[in-house]
Parts: sequence; C-alpha cells; structure tokens
Amino acid sequence: MTFRARHLLGIEHLAPDEIRSVLDLADSYVDLNRRTMKQSDALAGMTQINMFFEASTRTQSSFELAGKRLGADVMNMSVAQSSVKKGETLIDTAMTLNAMQPDLLVVRHPSSGAVNLLASKVNCAVLNAGDGRHEHPTQALLDALTIRRAKGRIQRLTVAICGDIAHSRVARSNLILLGKMENRVRLIGPPTLMPPGVAEFGCELYDDMKQGLEGADVVMMLRLQKERMDGAFIPSEREYYHRYGLDAEKLAYAKDDAIVMHPGPMNRGVEIDGTLADDINRSVIQHQVEMGVAVRMACMDLLARNLRAERGRAAVGVMV
Amino acid sequence: MTILLQNARLIDPEAGTETEGDLLIEGGLIAALGALEVPADARVIDCQGKWLAPGIVDIGVKVGEPGERHKESFRSAGLAAAAGGVTTMVTRPDTLPAIDTPETLEFVTRRAAGASPVRIRHMAALTKGREGREMVEVGFLLDTGAVAFTDCDHVIENTKVAARCMTYARSLGALIIGHPQEPGLSAGAVATNGKFASLRGLPGVNPMAERMGLDRDLALVEMSGVRYHADQITTAGSLPALERAKAAGLDVTAGVGIHHLTLNEFDVGDYRTFFKLKPPLRSEDDRLAMVEAVGSGLIDIISSMHTPQDEESKRLPFEEAAWGAVALETFLPAALRLYHAGLLTLPQLFRAMSLNPAKRLGLPQGRLAEGAPADLVLFDAEAPFVLDRFTLRSKSKNTPFDGQRMEGRVLATFVGGEQVYAVGE
Repeated sequence: MTFRARHLLGIEHLAPDEIRSVLDLADSYVDLNRRTMKQSDALAGMTQINMFFEASTRTQSSFELAGKRLGADVMNMSVAQSSVKKGETLIDTAMTLNAMQPDLLVVRHPSSGAVNLLASKVNCAVLNAGDGRHEHPTQALLDALTIRRAKGRIQRLTVAICGDIAHSRVARSNLILLGKMENRVRLIGPPTLMPPGVAEFGCELYDDMKQGLEGADVVMMLRLQKERMDGAFIPSEREYYHRYGLDAEKLAYAKDDAIVMHPGPMNRGVEIDGTLADDINRSVIQHQVEMGVAVRMACMDLLARNLRAERGRAAVGVMV
Repeated sequence: MTILLQNARLIDPEAGTETEGDLLIEGGLIAALGALEVPADARVIDCQGKWLAPGIVDIGVKVGEPGERHKESFRSAGLAAAAGGVTTMVTRPDTLPAIDTPETLEFVTRRAAGASPVRIRHMAALTKGREGREMVEVGFLLDTGAVAFTDCDHVIENTKVAARCMTYARSLGALIIGHPQEPGLSAGAVATNGKFASLRGLPGVNPMAERMGLDRDLALVEMSGVRYHADQITTAGSLPALERAKAAGLDVTAGVGIHHLTLNEFDVGDYRTFFKLKPPLRSEDDRLAMVEAVGSGLIDIISSMHTPQDEESKRLPFEEAAWGAVALETFLPAALRLYHAGLLTLPQLFRAMSLNPAKRLGLPQGRLAEGAPADLVLFDAEAPFVLDRFTLRSKSKNTPFDGQRMEGRVLATFVGGEQVYAVGE
C-alpha cells in the first residue's frame, strides 16, 4: 500500500501507485459496505469535521457515512456563510477549527484553491471535497473505481467527458487522473464551455458529440452548471440537449459495451435522457454513488495512517 | 552643499553610455561630469567603482492616503522609495475617496509635503469617483498640480464619455493615462487564459482583451489628438497596434510594470496571492516580448505599479484576495535581473525607469547631464541578497519576491543633491 500524501487536495500531486493504492483499499471497503455489519475501527478515536461552504447534500452525506463506518466522531459544521458573513476570514475559521484538534477536515469551498490555503494553516489532514472550478479528487477516484470494476482495468481506455467542462472540477480531476493512468481522453462540448488551453493536457477536443463518442469505452456526462454561468454560454437548454444531450442515438456511436456515467445531480432532458440514465445495462450512475462511500473511506483511512505515523515520529522526536 | 561623487560608473540613459568618472553636485543640480578635480569645499564620496544613475521616476505608485493609511502612508512610501532608488513618486488617484477634485488633490499635496524624503507628484482621476460617468475639473486639477489623469484600472466603459474626456483634455494639453483592457471580456478574471488557469480552475481572461482595450483607446487618441500613455502593456498581441500608432505620429507612449517583466503566470504556483496582479501575470512568451519591446524602445516606461495590500487583504482564497504587490524597494533589484540575464543594458533600463517617465511628465529629472536636478541613485549591481519581506520599509509587505535571491542593492539615494538614503543607516 503506497500513499504518501499528507492531504488530499487534488489528483495533480498523486502518483499512479498512490491512485492504485486508494482503489485497491476502496475495493475492500466496497465488500465491507455490502455486509450487514459495516463497521471498521480504522478511524477509531479520531475526529472528522465536514465543513461545507457550498451546499452539497450528496457529497456531504457520503463523507459523513464514510467517516462513521470507519469509527470516527463526525461533525458537520454548517458554515453556510454564517461566520463568513460576520466578517470572519477563511483563515480565522481554520484557526478556530484547528484549536478543536480535529484529525480529518473535509472541505468544500466555492473558490478554487481555498482548500489549499486552509490546509496550509491546520495540523490535521485535509480532504478536498470540491473547490471552485479546481479539483474534486474523491469524485475522480470513485469514477476510476467504477470504471475499473466495470471494465476490469483503468488503463488504455477511451473515455469521453462530455458537456460543461469549463465549470467542472469533476472534469479537471478526471482529466488529470485518467491521463496519469494512460487512458485516451476526449473532451466533448460547445467551445464556450471548453476551458482555454485544455488541449495542452494531452486530450482530444470535439465539439461534435457523435464524432467524439466514436468508439468510446466510457461516456462521462457532466452537469450543466447553470449556477456558475454569468453570460451567454449556450443558446438554450433545448438546443444544448439536441446537440450535446446523451440519448440512445448518440450513445450508439460509442462501443456497444460502453458505460454511461454522471456525477450527479442530473438535469434530465438537458444533459442526459432520463430513460438512459436509469438503464441498468448501460448506466453505472448508482454504482458511482456506492463507490463514493468506499473511496472516501479508503482516502480517509490512508490519510489517517500517514497522520498517525507522522505523529508517532514527532512523539519519538520529542522523547529523544 | 557641494558633493563630489568620485570613481563611479556613470549611467547616462540619454546618451546610452556607461562610463567611468566623477559627478559634481552643486546647489542641488548636477554641475559637472567626467574626470574632475576636487573642489576645495566639497564633501567627497568615493563610489568605489559602483554604478551611479539618474534616480528612478516611478509612474503609478499607490499610496494609501486618503483612506488606507494602514496600508501605506506618504512617509512609509517615501522611505521605501528612497531605499529603492526612486527619487520621484507619481501617485495614483485610486484612493478612498478618489483624487477627483481640486480639494482632495490639495489635501494630499499638503499631506505629502515634508512627509517623504523623495519628491512626490500626483495624478488625478479622469472621471468623478472613477465611475466613468462625469468628467473631473481637468483645468482646476491641472492648476492644482495634477501631472496626469487616469481612472487607473477602472476602464471607462462608455466610449462616448471616454471620447469627451480625451477631447476636453486635449484642449488643455493634459496627459491621459489609460488602462488598456476590454472590461466586458476581462470581467471576473484573475488569471490569463491558458493551461495554467485551467489547471488551477481560475477564471481567466483572453490576452486579446488588452489589445481590444488598447485599440479602442488608440482610436480615441486619433480622434481627439490627446497626449496618451498606456499604463501597462503586458501581451505580445498589443505591440503591433502600439507600433502602428507611434508610426502614425500619435502622441502615444506605453508602460509596463516590473513584475510583468520579471515573472510569469506559472509563478502563481499553488495559489500564491502575492502574485495576484492586475492585469494577471502572462505567459513566458509575453514576458519576453515585453522585455524586447523595452529594449527596442517600443515600450517607453517601466514602473513599479506599487500596490500595498495588508495581510488580511491577501490572506484569502486567490479569487477573493486583493490585487497588486509592493515594489518600490524591489524595483531596482528586480530590474537588474534583466541586466544580469543579458536582456537589457543598464542605460536601456534607466532610459525606461528614469529618463522616459520624466520626459513624459515634463519633469527635469531623469538625466545625468549638467544642469539637471541631482536626483541620483548609487547602487551595486552585483551585491547578492535574499529578500526578507519583513525588512521592507513599506507598511505592507506583499512582495512576490519574498525569500528570493536578488542581485543588486541601492547604496545611496540623492534628491536635489541631498543624500536621503545610505545603505546600513
């Protein structure tokens, strides 16, 4: 088991062997989660604080469940901009939290890089649960686990990531992870929703859905992030669905056994056809949710091991 | 007082030369240059072969008075300037409130008087409150001492208002300083479009926004005939338009900030907010194009764009953090990086840092010539040091060069023949 990271802030700084370690451990947690007794003591005695500056019921619940199944004391801090509105800065919040001696801090924040800033000010391990348009590492890892379990491997696949790439931290983390694991990545979407310079990441760009899906093993749909759009990105939702919404006709261009993914929540009839989303023969969307809990358990377990080892070394140092 | 600066390397940006010799100061002016006899009553300073150049004339210094004196005062900025070899600071009107009336200009002029060891001149806003709607009293402000008019980074979005301001300013011979940027295209951006911004998930601006802003302003200059200076050109795509405007005989000059000549977008690294500048740092290709343009003279002026920000303004997520960096004290050592890299000569640097800004503002400084004010900087271009931001004299310590190895230190600064800074004092 190789995992050197002190924090999990993004995929960017993870090596392929670290990614494999997370996935291998997560596999065992999938088995645990399917048992009647779902308890582990990997985080026994540890405190996990979930701090969400941006609402997210799904991700927050997944982290909460993961922590509880590992035996941690889990606290959800409803930041909900309250202290921020009172004028407290992110660093003040971090210092306050740090004084509570948490072991794991799970943070979601609307600004890119905010989690990195926070991690530099606290003594515990920090998990990025999504920061701005930057990264959402556990989502990419759970997607990787889902793909590996469906396809038997996470290398040499053609993965099409479709839709609102520009506003998606999920796309960014997936793009980096899939690239590190030597997959062929295609980005499909209207040019207005494609981040500038993204071709330099070594992926192929398409603005035609059918061309982009040709021969794909995995079709990863993204949510159209209407709340992040401050201008004219697309003419209308119905034109978007016509050109970029995934339906059976467009999916037919991918491989016959291609799987369909979506990080949720879905806009049915905007980026994906509702029937297709529910088709258990093609859609692995519910598997993604299941893998999410396991992957988060694996990440927290590995970070906790490193934290314990670090504290152990520090204690020895003090004694010497 | 008569001072003889002996045994110096004299940098003359006007002649483009670097020669060994002496310089005599009498009555606050440069009295003689070359191999000189020691006058009977002179104080003699042995420069030990170090470099002597006209003091820096820094266009675009932000001082926190009024409104943000906790970030920088005329006193602290003046001390930082003296330690950095800046002998004339030209202050920006982006204060709280903006310098947009003769009364506020009088107020800051009074506040600045005597507070600083270096000269201070003031610019005024071009529109009231820098809101881009109503023109300021250009004539009264000129009478009160404004050397130029600018809304700084608040681009006047209404082109008709911009055109009227320029046309009116033309009638009074006022200098307008523009911030070339198409505000719609750059709205919300904190980085330059490209791989780095995408990797970090930061909203970016296409470099084309600068060219579009410059193109508009140049069209208005052509229409109005006003004297115009672009505060910061930072992208290669803007240079052909600038070149065409100059070739067409428009009264146009352009500047660049020292940070855009010495840093690029990748320096932001892991969301380091001290590197959050306006406009955002550009690609390495753009940086090199700017250096080349300074060398060729297409870009006339290098400024520090000194923007003090307190710790609280910078200790925020990148998108929310305040813009800008302090630079008065690091200006010269940063510029010397370009000299040490073999990209620009010292006369070229001082042409852009001293001579050209003084000429553009109609000031007698910036020259190493008989009869010119004895505003001088003596420096050791090769003295190495590691910058510790807490040693800076500015009240704010937001420098991107913190912890970096620099080469070149100011040894002494003279303003009007008086020594206002000596290293180690």
